[in-house]
Amino acid sequence: MRYAMAVDTKKCVGCSDCVVACQTENNVPIGFCRDWVVEVTDGTYPQLEVEIRSERCNHCENSPCVRCCPTGASHYAEGGVVLVTPHKCIGCGACIASCPYDARYPHPDGHVDKCTFCLHNRVEKGLDPACVSVCPTKCMYFGDLDDPNSPVSKVLKTRKFKTLIPEAGTNPQLYFLI
Amino acid sequence: MVTSRRQFIKIGALGAGSLALAGSSFNLAKGSSILDKISGAGTGEPLRTPTYCEICFWQCAGWVYKDEDGKIQKIVGNDDDQHCNGRFCPRGTGGVGQYNDEDRLKTPLIRTREGDKESFREASWDEALDYIAGKMRAIAQKHGPECVALFTHGSGGAHFGQMMKAFGSASIAAPSFAQCRGPREVGFLTTFGDIIYSPERIDIRDTRCMVLIGSHLGENMHNGQVQEMSDAIDKGATIITVDPRFSTAAGKSKYWLPIKPATDLALLLSWIHVIIENEWYDKDYVERYTVGFEQLKEHVKTFTPEWAYGITTIDPNVIRETAREMHNAAPSVIVNPGRHVTWYGDDTQRLRAVAILTALLGSWGRRGGYYKPEKLHLPNYPVPPFPEPKRNPTQAYEGKYTLANEVVANGLCDATIPTVDRSCNYKAWIVNGTNLLAAFPNQANTLKAIDALELLVVVDTMPVEITGYADVVLPECTYLERYDMLRNSNHRQPNLALRMPAAEPKYNTKPASWIAQELARKLGLSAWFPWKNIEEMLDWQLKEMGSSLEEMKRIGVKNFPREADDLYFSPGEEVVFNTTSGKIELYSSDMESAGFEPLPVYTAHEEPPEGYYRLNYGRAPMHTFSRTANNPNLTDLMDENVLWVNPKVARLWGLETGQYIKLKNQDEKISTFAIKVRVTERIRWDSVYMVHGFGHNNKKLSRAHGRGINDTEMITRVHIDPVMGGTGMRGNFVTFITDFEKEGKEAEA
Repeated sequence: MRYAMAVDTKKCVGCSDCVVACQTENNVPIGFCRDWVVEVTDGTYPQLEVEIRSERCNHCENSPCVRCCPTGASHYAEGGVVLVTPHKCIGCGACIASCPYDARYPHPDGHVDKCTFCLHNRVEKGLDPACVSVCPTKCMYFGDLDDPNSPVSKVLKTRKFKTLIPEAGTNPQLYFLI
Repeated sequence: MVTSRRQFIKIGALGAGSLALAGSSFNLAKGSSILDKISGAGTGEPLRTPTYCEICFWQCAGWVYKDEDGKIQKIVGNDDDQHCNGRFCPRGTGGVGQYNDEDRLKTPLIRTREGDKESFREASWDEALDYIAGKMRAIAQKHGPECVALFTHGSGGAHFGQMMKAFGSASIAAPSFAQCRGPREVGFLTTFGDIIYSPERIDIRDTRCMVLIGSHLGENMHNGQVQEMSDAIDKGATIITVDPRFSTAAGKSKYWLPIKPATDLALLLSWIHVIIENEWYDKDYVERYTVGFEQLKEHVKTFTPEWAYGITTIDPNVIRETAREMHNAAPSVIVNPGRHVTWYGDDTQRLRAVAILTALLGSWGRRGGYYKPEKLHLPNYPVPPFPEPKRNPTQAYEGKYTLANEVVANGLCDATIPTVDRSCNYKAWIVNGTNLLAAFPNQANTLKAIDALELLVVVDTMPVEITGYADVVLPECTYLERYDMLRNSNHRQPNLALRMPAAEPKYNTKPASWIAQELARKLGLSAWFPWKNIEEMLDWQLKEMGSSLEEMKRIGVKNFPREADDLYFSPGEEVVFNTTSGKIELYSSDMESAGFEPLPVYTAHEEPPEGYYRLNYGRAPMHTFSRTANNPNLTDLMDENVLWVNPKVARLWGLETGQYIKLKNQDEKISTFAIKVRVTERIRWDSVYMVHGFGHNNKKLSRAHGRGINDTEMITRVHIDPVMGGTGMRGNFVTFITDFEKEGKEAEA
């Protein structure tokens, strides 16, 4: 099992609903976020292009954050989802420094926090992650890459896609449809 | 300078005493209160209660979930709801922030005067309502009950409207007409004999081509429409966006037409010209359903793409190509009528052109164009007939705005300012759920009207600016803490949605339904509020529809079968339109007989003087008007607006992204606060842009105060649409002030 997510940049309008839904679903304190929106403008008026992406932890197959964690708090869970065990985390911040995507933040409770793909609170109950389920544009696809019929497998078969900073060699599992 | 009779009072640290109430109300979730009876208790299911959202007018139906401690955790969409299809937008998802906002109004307040000093004192509900009833009675005796006006936006309107009608006044207005969508309703009414409704009757999910004119869907988070636009993109629909700004929607479009601001009507007339000249219109449809085609053809003869190029700066070939795209997609094409369309004062004519184009393409009544919506005939709880009001609200603007099909809110505002030639002056306003100082342009005019009032009652959840001018402030609880009328909307299927409290009202706040009923009781008008409480009234209505309050608490939304069998016209169907001729009026007899151009005519609008830029404004997906600017969840996403400036302009002025500047407009009005510059290629060099609803000046809005500029404050010049009274707000020009004393947030930067 390999969980992955694809975000369709052709549909995302950058409304940030994914950010609020994650905050309310996962009790992320106000002022912090596990996912966020990036907008990139190219060209000069009136020859323009804008790409909008909902970003989060890339759940890399080769995660620098897991490798550098001194206590084993950062680990691979079911389906390759990268998680942090709060009570094992000493808040040293090595993972934050190592992440090429800046996907982690220090939680006020003293541990590091990040996107979990809603693994335990939703996905294990057969639900999509909160961001996927709320998105008004339905621009996010989630599922198991080992299952050819999962929404994410199907969309990656038919659409052009990219990953972010592939040169970091982390093998990210967050795909962007372009 | 005339000193105002009415000082602005910043609502201070009041209501602290009632904070204690809040803590105890949480415990009710575990106790024997309403919540046990709703759902889930003891079943292991999470507690959830139905609501429909009040953060914007889309009113999506959803579920409020609570954690084991009875604390509201999240709000999610109801899968059966056609407004949201189970998905809330960021504002609806962040609606919990309105409930949690510690800056909320907490207890009734009454203005007191001691010498020169005016302040608010806390009052009990009984005292505050007695005070209002006393004043209202005195005004009714002296001037007549029709001299009381209600301004409302949102669910409270139904309750206070009932009270007003029983009192003897029909002057009930919402800024959603003349400050927003009015021109499109009148433009379509005069053409098709019917309006667009809300949610709009546009069939985006099945469209093959959608044209957006200044409408920035995606930033404008009309939930169902954004969802359907996304579906349409998936299905390969062509999107054509006309906007001087490269909006989010422009980024999703096959064509972006970077039009010179204020020239849209020329483009529309040219499209009509191209479609007629090339015989790209739906001949059968035009022949069968319309009148005035020959006059239209003659009228647009000279409006060639080359003519339009000189006005709009849009390449004539692009005008032809996009017209062909519409023709190829017809009748599954939507020339989107937009929503906030009060721009330049000739807006009804612009929307008439949209309606004419729609008719030529044959998309009204067709799949992928405009469908026939339906709503339920929901009976009202029986009450005695209302007293006949002595004056109609239209008498406030006698002889003007004759085609307005709703009350013109700014007309009532103007009629509050005493003049010798007007007999009808309003003496009291009740304002519910609308911050009129941000909703009406020309604040000086609004303040003049407020100054002439004998009574201003403001019912709101937040200490928005208008509360500072009130004689009495009544703290309404949020939509998460109250029942309201059933949502009965026009849609593909008739439907009802229930809002019920997920929690007891925090602080000393009350639902609008209770406030209106209680005030009516004090005015001796209980005959028009015969129900014990709103639950009894809702249950009666629901039982009339074969449902019940008990059922709706479980399902939240109920869809009903349609009466008409089809959403669209069937081929060759005989249709009688509700116009004078019974046909679609390309040439409008209503416009003509009211003294307006029966066919839209382009008139050039004023352009910015040297060194000035047209002030354009719009929406952000995470905010609604000025009402969410203090919501903790939503300010976390966006806590100030920024000023979009083209790089060429920025170079000229030495402006950099992140720098704070103030603005000055053509009337020398200088903004109260400063705004952060965003240098971006996404805007033309002749205009600047900001999101509406920021720059609050009440310090008690701790997250919103002083953040960004209030665009309304800069809109001192208003171009009134003579057809329906719309307040055109896009004819204001601003220049930059870089040298000013910094304060607040910009000083920290």
